[in-house]
Amino acid sequence: MTRAQQLQRKLDATATRVQGMALPQGAGWANDARQDALSRLLSMGLPEGRDEYWRWTRPDTLTVQDAPQAAVFHVDETPMFDAIDRLKIVFVDGVFDAEASDDLTGENLEVMRLSDALATDIHWAAELYGKIEIKSQVPVQRPLAAMNTAFATDGVVIRATGKVARPVNLIYLHGSETSDAILHHVIKLDAGAELTVLENGPAAARFNKVMEIDVADGASFHHVRTQGRDHERRAVTHLLATIGKESLFKSFTMTANGVLTRNEVYLEINGDDSMAHVAGAAMGDGAFHHDDTVFITHDAERGESRQVFKKVLRNGAKGIFQGKILVKDGAQKTDGYQISQALLLDEDSQFLAKPELEIYADDVICSHGSTVGAIDETALFYMQSRGVGRKEATNLLTLAFLNEAIEEIEDEAISADILSRLEGWLSRHGR
Amino acid sequence: MLEIKNLNVKLEEEDKQILKGVNLTIGEGEVHAIMGPNGSGKSTTSYVLSGRDGYEVTDGTVMMDGEDVLAMEPEERAAAGIFLAFQYPVEIPGVGNMTFLRTAVNAQRKARGENELSAGEFLKIVREKAKSLKIDAEMLKRPVNVGFSGGEKKRNEILQMAMLEPKVCILDETDSGLDVDAMKLVAEGVNALRDGKRSFVVITHYQRLLDYIKPDVVHIMAAGRIVKSGGPELALEVEHNGYADILKAEGVEA
Repeated sequence: MTRAQQLQRKLDATATRVQGMALPQGAGWANDARQDALSRLLSMGLPEGRDEYWRWTRPDTLTVQDAPQAAVFHVDETPMFDAIDRLKIVFVDGVFDAEASDDLTGENLEVMRLSDALATDIHWAAELYGKIEIKSQVPVQRPLAAMNTAFATDGVVIRATGKVARPVNLIYLHGSETSDAILHHVIKLDAGAELTVLENGPAAARFNKVMEIDVADGASFHHVRTQGRDHERRAVTHLLATIGKESLFKSFTMTANGVLTRNEVYLEINGDDSMAHVAGAAMGDGAFHHDDTVFITHDAERGESRQVFKKVLRNGAKGIFQGKILVKDGAQKTDGYQISQALLLDEDSQFLAKPELEIYADDVICSHGSTVGAIDETALFYMQSRGVGRKEATNLLTLAFLNEAIEEIEDEAISADILSRLEGWLSRHGR
Repeated sequence: MLEIKNLNVKLEEEDKQILKGVNLTIGEGEVHAIMGPNGSGKSTTSYVLSGRDGYEVTDGTVMMDGEDVLAMEPEERAAAGIFLAFQYPVEIPGVGNMTFLRTAVNAQRKARGENELSAGEFLKIVREKAKSLKIDAEMLKRPVNVGFSGGEKKRNEILQMAMLEPKVCILDETDSGLDVDAMKLVAEGVNALRDGKRSFVVITHYQRLLDYIKPDVVHIMAAGRIVKSGGPELALEVEHNGYADILKAEGVEA
């Protein structure tokens, strides 16, 4: 089959797949955005294993008609972030739950359900909905993000107009073993605004999420999410952001188990003197497959970016990292750093990495590195010789390995909560 | 207290015999020094006593207070009271010195059926001991041995020893990489732990450490066994004449 024939077969399959899926209806601009997204999807086609950035992660279960079943996991444990004073927005299997959610108001904060915002004739979200997703389609196509923009049925739009004191916590509950959720959030930080968004929960048997974020000049956005735990769910998420001058973007994701997780990140620094830090700590075993695909584009001067991704894999788990720092012509004095590392706790697990730098400016500092290794036996013996048991010593060294990513979280209460969850996972799954 | 009989050990990977019949009996409160040329088996002895992987005991026994040490995991040996101060203490990025110390202290206490120390109790004790060893409080906050100078690493080893209160302390070439001031400080720390009950095995190349840590018995090790034992004067003899004469007299090829 020629390439052209392959592409045509892919496009035909995509058209068949979305046939019968109705575009949600709203205001004219929203309908246009959805229609445009559908056109993008139909022209790209849903991802296949032969696509460059899907070679290591099989997209089949993310694209087939019906979501594969995932058992609902009940856990006798305090929910994440429960001790933190925050504004709760709850979704059950991808549907907003008003009763379980807090009153959606706060100082310097506008929150509205996505469907309501997209039904409003004049709304600030019109400038962003699907627009950052379009930017993110270059240089890597993201058909599942376009699919999300076209068909997302729920989500929230959040606008921070100043410093928002309480974090906004998006909580995703999983109630049905066959649920298939598509959520789309739009977040806008006005100039000088500050906002923290927390996300946690498995969401659904299958989850497709897009979060488009516009960080204006001098604004600060902090994002911490936890996903997975021992759930069987599959998820593809897209964190897509544009960042103005003298602003800050920080995101950290903890993933523990789950069958398939693909976290895509696209950040575009288009204002001078800004910082973007993206970090992830993932731990999994057995059928766990975890993929971080991260692209950071520097299109302004004196920008700093950090990508710190750590994975702990055991019992045949598989980890993927694909990441690029793109420094455009003129983005002088850029400081870009990217590290992806895996700790394999046995010989059955696998880590595949594709770190990339693409630099068109001549006065920059950019570095990347990727390593894979096992627990340091000398360190293990050192700890044992002080009386620490092998399992506890292994857990301590594992947490130490993840620590570089966790250190990216600025809030101590949140990082302590994350650490305690990771310790819990290790004590349940450790040897 | 610690009795080593006819210890024969080979390196697993290289199938090479390192120890060839080591015999050593260390009584309560005694300080034994082991000296000897490079490759004589001094460090191997310390690793085998503390349970490091990679060594196969082909013959012999090690008993402590009537218990078979060789049958124990490294952490069980530690809980039973054996402590090895490393020649090259390991750096462990990401693990705080205090966290590690408290984990170790409480792991041993738990193994012995004792109550674990609360955070407050632990802090009080560690601050007192650190102060006596002239260890900066900032050093306790840093990751284990990361960025420490040679002297700081050795002082950290002695701090661990002081916190864990073992019955037998094995010091593997603790003087290596230390200047005289640092060595004195470390020796003072060791001497502060001498209480008439705790025993020490001081492995060293040079006599000068023994100026500060006075041994009761000095052993000369060569070719995988102890070839001569004597009082502190034996160390002085080595200092003046080297090992050649002793080894020749004992019929050991240098």
